Amino acid sequence: MITVQGLTKSYGTADAIRDLSFSVDQGEVVGFLGPNGAGKSTTMKILSGYLPADSGEVRIAGFDIFSDSLKARSRIGYLPENVPLYPEMRVGEYLAYRASLKGVRSRRIREKVEDAVQLCGLRNVQKQLVGTLSKGYRQRVGLADALVNEPDILILDEPTIGLDPNQIREVRALIKGLASRHTILLSSHILSEVEATCSRILIINKGRIVATGTPTELRQRTSVPLSRTIRLEILTESSSAALRELNSLPYISKATTLTESEGWVTYEISPRGEDPRLLLYEEAVRRGWKLRELSTREVPLEEIFSSFVPASPDQSATELQSLGNQPGAMS
Amino acid sequence: MRVFWTLLKREVSSAFLTPMAWVLLFFLLLLTGFNFYAGVSSLNHGPTEVTVVESFFNTVFFWFSFLLLFPLLTMRLFSEEYRTGTIELLMTAPVRDSQVVFAKFSGALVLYSALWLPTGLYFLIFWWQTHLQAAGAMGAYLGTYGLLFLMGMFYLSLGCLCSSLTRHQISAAVMTFCLVALFFFTGLLTFLSGQVGTLMKGIAVTFSPIDQMTQFSRGLYDTRAVVWYLVMTALCLFLTFQSLQARRWRG
Repeated sequence: MITVQGLTKSYGTADAIRDLSFSVDQGEVVGFLGPNGAGKSTTMKILSGYLPADSGEVRIAGFDIFSDSLKARSRIGYLPENVPLYPEMRVGEYLAYRASLKGVRSRRIREKVEDAVQLCGLRNVQKQLVGTLSKGYRQRVGLADALVNEPDILILDEPTIGLDPNQIREVRALIKGLASRHTILLSSHILSEVEATCSRILIINKGRIVATGTPTELRQRTSVPLSRTIRLEILTESSSAALRELNSLPYISKATTLTESEGWVTYEISPRGEDPRLLLYEEAVRRGWKLRELSTREVPLEEIFSSFVPASPDQSATELQSLGNQPGAMS
Repeated sequence: MRVFWTLLKREVSSAFLTPMAWVLLFFLLLLTGFNFYAGVSSLNHGPTEVTVVESFFNTVFFWFSFLLLFPLLTMRLFSEEYRTGTIELLMTAPVRDSQVVFAKFSGALVLYSALWLPTGLYFLIFWWQTHLQAAGAMGAYLGTYGLLFLMGMFYLSLGCLCSSLTRHQISAAVMTFCLVALFFFTGLLTFLSGQVGTLMKGIAVTFSPIDQMTQFSRGLYDTRAVVWYLVMTALCLFLTFQSLQARRWRG
């Protein structure tokens, strides 16, 4: 649906994106992930037909976005960053205007606007002035606008930025619901968001794509040393003896003590090869350890992300840290 | 064409949904109403050569409000969309840039016409009260309002161009006012210097709005003026289109 070949764009002397190539197939939900200023918005502005690229080619459903712009643009629903809207119009009025602008036939406008209003939960603000809406509703009006003419492709630039945790969850659910009918490319600098909604991830940094794949594939490909660790919590008389025994087991490469309180000891274990949890359980039974926790921990995407995108001085460590603590990460 | 109507409808309705159009209409009618009163009461001072229509459209009150209208009508056209970012929505919809330019210009022209239309009522009232024609003939009405429309086209297109150049409404308004004043007052340059040749004088008089209005409000149409305004409007709209396209490239 979207094919991008060798896309380059610079503002003055500063390169925003350099030789970007990727494609999005029909029905995919692809997350465009990168730190702020990586070139996400620039790429999306080019894909939506707002900015021309310096060089390279973009095809939307087979149409060149530059030479066949109108045909390509009519197949895209675009939600720009910060959702600009006309404040003096009413929500229903605005959507009808946008539908008409996008070539929906006059007698079908009402029906399409109704559908979009229904889908985005705008029923009770339909008669309200856009200028009086809260941020969450503005975002939904933007989404309703993007999908009012039922385009094949949705390009959403930071669809949940600035929303509170409940609104984030709602918008994410909405996007997931749209995935069955549209091909979606969404950008974000929040990992949990991309992980929650996307089937494939493109990681972009300093205008280049540094990694692409499903969340699972990215985990496998990462240079983070071990993709999986095991936590074992047991009640034992001698924690150091148990640690020695654990370290002598053939399927364990390394075990370390994490915490120890009132006889309960927690070990972090790096396995050698396959998942050794069943073997560990049997070992605990054999040695008479009382077992309270035996679990694996997936390497979080945050660590994978940092392995692909080294933190630069202008992108502080605190920002990367906060990526993992975004509200709604559990949804 | 349908896209054009959709855009035009939004342009016009947004002007009336915000207080802007109403404020302009109120103060314009206040000024022109006073102007009309002054014109009619001057008839009391004795016989005069000029008709009510001629005197109405040739006072300082009229020209002053006329000149001030253009920056106010056009400053927000593009600048506002640049500032709020809605231009991005507009230019990613399947709409041609030329349609956007033409719709915005037409919207301003509709608003401009709507502002002047009520002034026709003055002459109706005059006829109703005195059973006298306010102008010498129907052609004088047509000439006056026709010239008003033509001048409006040119000055509004100048305003469109200025608004398309900047995201600051005030900058757009200042630029528009200066350009409109430049074109408007070239006719007066002849008074400044006695040494200008007859050719220069001829050109200045031909393109001076005040002289044109004197002619047209008597029902004398000068095709040179008509062509001048049409060509200049087309040129300004073309430049606006170019400026909008250039903005895409700049990003």
